[in-house]
Amino acid sequence: MSEWTLFEVFVRSKHGLNHKHVGSVHAADAAMAIDNARELYTRRNEGVSLWVVPSALITASSPDDKDPLFAPSEDKIYRHASFYELPPEVGHM
Amino acid sequence: MNAVMHEDLIQYLLRLGDSAMVQAQRLCQWCGRAPALEEELALMNVGLDLVGQARNWLEYAAELGGDGRDADHLAFRRDERAYRNLLLVEQPNGDYAVTVLKQFFYDAWHFAVLQGLAGSSDARVQGIAAKALKEVTYHLRRSGEWVERLGDGTEESRQRMLAALPQLWRFTVELVDADAVEQRLFQAGIIGNPEQIALDWQRQVEDTFERATLPVPQPASHFYLSGRQGVHSEHLGLLLAEMQFLPRAYPDATW
Repeated sequence: MSEWTLFEVFVRSKHGLNHKHVGSVHAADAAMAIDNARELYTRRNEGVSLWVVPSALITASSPDDKDPLFAPSEDKIYRHASFYELPPEVGHM
Repeated sequence: MNAVMHEDLIQYLLRLGDSAMVQAQRLCQWCGRAPALEEELALMNVGLDLVGQARNWLEYAAELGGDGRDADHLAFRRDERAYRNLLLVEQPNGDYAVTVLKQFFYDAWHFAVLQGLAGSSDARVQGIAAKALKEVTYHLRRSGEWVERLGDGTEESRQRMLAALPQLWRFTVELVDADAVEQRLFQAGIIGNPEQIALDWQRQVEDTFERATLPVPQPASHFYLSGRQGVHSEHLGLLLAEMQFLPRAYPDATW
């Protein structure tokens, strides 16, 4: 058990377009990880498709880099598409 | 439906329901003890599928029986000698190799049986089987994968599978040998061809064992016990005593 690999699990819900991260499972290999993910994360009818990815293969940003990576975008409100006047014919987007 | 066919169908429904019920009860015994959290959930999910199936079969049996007993009564008030489950499923869980192999032998049989029942001339049987078949397709896939992993895994897991095999094999005789009840139900179009079920089971075991690099023993031969006659091994009585204690001790309990 301690030798099992940790996998991150992504589920696509019935109406959702993209797979969303829902948690992780332990398994001996990817096929077993799919089965285990099915048992843990789709038993209440949550999804129609599963992805599993070995957790070790995910490269994450470092918490120490939070400021240099993300702070500069805080004051650049012009990057949000909130300055356009929508013609009334467009209606709700 | 004539009287013989009526009795045959009740007997057969009890066999299906009792096997599912006893197998589910054995799986529940892993609750809190499974080797990994993921496995625990998987075992309980399979168990709950089987309880649901048992309920469907026993409800139909109770309706046909028409003696006032309902599905709960059949499950919780019948004694060991009235149970009609396969000997295989009442065997103790043992280690994980025994648990996995027992589940696999049962799933391979269950899958073949349900495939036949999904084409039943009896609409109720057909409906229950079609729904159960989806669940059991997954059960078989899961237990088959475990047989491969353990059989062709580490030296330890392989030794345990080789030790589990002779413990369980003799009980497989019931999976491939139809009695008169089943032959009559087949002739009436209510269940699948028993010969086909036996062939499918054998082929499934051979294919999976080949991938698992496990030897397939010679076909098991008859011995004095028979689950469908109600002549069980000593393990069923203990299992039922635990399972039936509460409804028997507190007949009016509700929850």
